[in-house]
Parts: sequence; structure tokens; C-alpha cells
Amino acid sequence: MWRFLARTIVQRLLLLIVISIVSHTVIRLAPGEPSEVDAMNPMMKAEDIVRIRQSFHLDDPIYLQYLHWMKDLCTGELKSFRDGLPVVPKIWERFLNSLPLFACTTLIVWTASFPIGIQAALKRGSRYDRGTTLVAYTLISVPGFFLSYLLILWVVRSFHLPVIGLRTFGTESANGALRVMDRVWHLVIPSLMAALTGIAVLSRYVRAQMLEVLAQDYVRTARAKGLDEEHVVYGHALRNALLPFVTMFGLLLPGLISGSVIFEQIFAWPGLGLLGYEAILARDFPMILTLNFMAAALTLLGILLSDIFYALVDPRIRIE
Amino acid sequence: MSIPLGPGPASDLLPAARAEAEALGVAETPTQQLWRAFRKDRLAMLGLYVLVALVVVALVGQLLTGFWVVLDPATVRLPDKLLPPLSPAGSSLAKDLLPPFGTYPFGTDELGRNVFARMLQGSFVSLSVGFVAVSISLGIGVTIGGLAGFYGQRKLGPISVDSLLMRFTDVVLCFPTFFLILTVVALLPPSIYNIMIVIGISSWMSTARFVRAEFLALREQDFVTAAKALGLPEWRIIFRHMIPNAMAPVLVSATINVAHAILTESALSFLGFGVRPPYATWGNILADGRSYIFDAPWLFLIPGAAILVVVLAFNLVGEGLRDAMNPKLRRRAG
Repeated sequence: MWRFLARTIVQRLLLLIVISIVSHTVIRLAPGEPSEVDAMNPMMKAEDIVRIRQSFHLDDPIYLQYLHWMKDLCTGELKSFRDGLPVVPKIWERFLNSLPLFACTTLIVWTASFPIGIQAALKRGSRYDRGTTLVAYTLISVPGFFLSYLLILWVVRSFHLPVIGLRTFGTESANGALRVMDRVWHLVIPSLMAALTGIAVLSRYVRAQMLEVLAQDYVRTARAKGLDEEHVVYGHALRNALLPFVTMFGLLLPGLISGSVIFEQIFAWPGLGLLGYEAILARDFPMILTLNFMAAALTLLGILLSDIFYALVDPRIRIE
Repeated sequence: MSIPLGPGPASDLLPAARAEAEALGVAETPTQQLWRAFRKDRLAMLGLYVLVALVVVALVGQLLTGFWVVLDPATVRLPDKLLPPLSPAGSSLAKDLLPPFGTYPFGTDELGRNVFARMLQGSFVSLSVGFVAVSISLGIGVTIGGLAGFYGQRKLGPISVDSLLMRFTDVVLCFPTFFLILTVVALLPPSIYNIMIVIGISSWMSTARFVRAEFLALREQDFVTAAKALGLPEWRIIFRHMIPNAMAPVLVSATINVAHAILTESALSFLGFGVRPPYATWGNILADGRSYIFDAPWLFLIPGAAILVVVLAFNLVGEGLRDAMNPKLRRRAG
């Protein structure tokens, strides 16, 4: 087990280095220079541009730039092109903003999908099943921002609640309960919107998985033994149907960075996705590269975690 | 008795074997079986009708908006700006500027452009973004998956072709896709082709995996062995015998990928990196319309509903195909 773990971790680290080289090359070779963004600024003189280019190593060959980036990233000295502030603390600050949104979304998705999917599987072909199927496909097919705008309009008009940003402007001095309620309201609508697609996809998976398990022989055996339906469905079928979802849990991690660009933009939520979007607009290469790198690292970590979870949960899997 | 009827193309079958198969009543080709199973799925059929209608609309719309001057989507009629759907054109317009039948079926936008004409043009552009992107991803995916599946055992130095290509696929899978698309589209010069290419390049991985898995299974089948024994060249085995048989899961993921591409384009438009004017796509009509959501909600609702219906149709057809191809489900249903 430990040898397997060590080997996988080494493999993943190698993969991560390859990914970082590829993404660095792709992004650095693409046209567009950070110094061009502010080209119309009359305060920007030619010697300033040269100085800026030198201080960010922009004139070095690309492999040296990669090494500089890696070194700065590891020592925590990586500076953003945009404002010269260190990248890592900035990302950390935004991460703390993204985390509640991500956690709330995940919670909604995973608590809502299972009951919906299981019911649909048990009542296969019924009106409920066909109805949820159609709703699920509709939710998958609707552009996220379209639905969000409609929902924002509806919430603002019928409940007179502000939903944009982290909190309502000017409530910093209000009493504790009001501030908490304000934060919660601002959190609920974005996470609900981000969760809708997730619920649609996951409940379909749950349904398919339950259908597959319900057709197994051991479920028939359990029924033939005379167990009550409750026990068969939740004790025998669901427990086995849950296995693949253990792996999906690990794969959620990268969604923390890349999954939320649209929703953070709509709701002006100052999280990681919006940070990346702003960095892209400003050609802020250190920030873009670091976010990309972290997303890849999270993906690999997620795969590793799901492998480990799977081995822990499923006794049939043996690791030499 | 077993019928020597591989799913291989009839042209390579011995005539005797074909006659024997027909005599046994195996008249139904796999495609016919598929169609029969597909037709039972009402939702999927509905999706198919929508798609056929859409293709017709897109083609006719492209012709009309291109050659019928009064339906030119770029015509600006400032006196008629922000008119609600079905409203008649204003009387202050010159005779040759009047829209067809003197009405705007979907209203006009902030420049007085005919939204109906823009939607017509957009249907063609949106569809082509979807189809071209998916063709690119299919091309890459089938090539990589096919190479890994067919020549997987060959060694390139210390590692096999299969592990090289599949590790590469894993690497690409680890990229945060939408973020990468956004980065590349933002850095590249704005062009509709760049968007198609980038969406295509970032979505081939599942196709490659499906094709590889199918190829690994097909390699061991009798009809491939038979084709090898006949001395057919490798390219003929690959292109005439294996790829057509590996297409089933690929077709499903391609259908769903078109839906994805259309959604991705609209998301890019929303962030300001979508297809630029003069092209109208549903995505950028929708993204522009959100500024007028209070004054002219139709600018937002019409393209949004159109995207919803079309993407839904693609998804339903894709799922219908998947169910129709799943022999386990087919047996249970029939």
C-alpha cells in the first residue's frame, strides 16, 4: 500500500511538472504582452517598458522564464504584473472567498441529487421519472448566465433582496445577526445557481447507477429473502451504488478554481474564478500561470484522493 | 449455426456469405436496428425534429440574410430602435429600408437592427461553431485513440505508443478546460476560427478514450482477423472495418459535444471573448441583450430560449442514441 502510494505520488509530481511546462509554453507563446495592455498610457516611456520587461525577465529565453517562474513560485516571491503584489497571498485571500461558495454549492448538489436520482430509479418510466429527466436536461442545456439573470430579477423583484457581491454595501456597522443574514442571502443565490447544473448531472448519474444495481442478482436475492423494500433499496442497493460516487468526490476539487468563472462574474463574487478572469484581461502571466498550475495540481490531488478513497471503501480492490 | 456476418462493410463480404445471411432473414443492418430503437424514444425524436428544422432554418436563413437586402441583419434603422416583437415598422423609414412584411417578428435591438434577421444569421454561425469545433475534436480524438488502440503495442524507445498517447491525454485532461479556453481566446487575436479551433482542441479527450477502448475490443474480433488474413492493407482495415464499428459511442459524445460547444461559445460571449461583430451568434446576441434586460427583455429572452431549445435537442438526441445503442436497454425495452 505505502509503496503504491509513493509510486503514484512520484508519477503525479512528474505529470504536474510536464503540465506546468506545457501550460507555461502555451501561455507565453501566445501573442499579447503585458506591456501592450497599457500602450496608450502617455506616462509609459520606452525606458520604462524596458525596465519592466527586465524586472519580469520577459526578454530571457522561454526555458529561463519557466525556471524563474518556478523558483519564484516556490520561494513565494512571485509578483503579479498588474500591481507588483505577491501572487500567493492574493490567491489565498480569494480562495477564502471562494471556499464558502464552493462548499455551499457542493452541499446543495450532493444532498439534493441523491433523493431525486433514487426516486427516479425506483419509479422508472413513471411520470415523475420522465419529468425529472426532462427538467434535468433542460437545466444542463440552459446557459448558466441566462438562468442566473432571470433568477436575480425574480429574487430582487419579489423579495427585495440584494444578491450581488459578498455583502450589502454599508452593512459593516450593522448588528451581528443582520450581517450574518446578509452574508447568507448573498451566498445562497449564487450557490443555488451554480448547483442547479450539478444537481441535474449528478441526479442522472445516481439514477443510472441505481438502475444498474437494482438489476443485480443480489438485489433479487435480498427481495426473495423477504426483506422489506426499504432495507433492500437503502441497505443493499444504495450502498453498492454509492461506490463510483466516492471517486467523483475527489474530482470535485478542481472546480474550486475553474468551475466558477461565470457565476463569480455574474454575482461579482470576488473569488478565484474572477481573479483568473481579471488576470487574463490584464495579461497578468504570473497570476494566470499560477492559477492554471494550482488547478492542475488540484486535479491530480483529486484523482489521487479518489483512488485512495476507492481502495478504502471497496474491499474488492487490493493494492499490491 | 453462426453467421459469418461481421459488422464489416458488405463490400468485403463474400457474396455467398451475404446470400446466406439474407436467406436466414438477417435483413436488418445495425443501422436499421439502431433507428428502430431510436424511434421509440419520443423525446429523442422530438429533439431530432428540432435539429432538422434548425438545420433547414440555418441554411435558408443564411441565404435570405445574405441575398435579400431588406433582411440584412446589419441594417441599422435608428428610428425603430428597441421595438417589441411583432411591432410594425415605423412610418418614417424609407420604402427600401422597410423590413419584410413591414413587421419585426422578434423586435429590434438598440441600433434598430432586425432581431429576427440577426437570429437567422446567428443560427448558421452558432451551428457552424458547434459543428466545426466538434469536427476538429473528432479528428484529433479519432486519430489519437485509433493510433493508441491499433498500434498500441509498438515500442517507441522505452515506452509503448499506447502509454505515450494515453499519458498525453491524461495531461490534457488535467488542464482546467474553460479557464484554458478563456486564456487562449483572450490572448489570440479575436476571430471566429480561433474560437472554433480552441473549443475543438480542448474537447477531444473523451473521444480519444472511447475510440481506443473500441479499437482494443475490435482488434480481437473475428472479422478483423479475417480482414488481416485476406491480406488487406492496414489502412483499409482501420478505415473501412474498424472506424465505422467504433463510431457508435463517438457519435453519442459528438452530439453532446456540439451542445457543449454552443454553450461554451455563449459563455465566452458573456465574458466578452466570444465571436466578434459583424458575425451575429446566439451567444453574443444574448450577451449584448443583457444590458437591456429591463427595457427590452426580448433581446435577452429570445436568444436565451433559442439556445436552450437547440442545446436541449442536441442533448436529447445524444442520450436517445446512447440508449438505442445500449443492447442491454434495448433488449429490456423490446
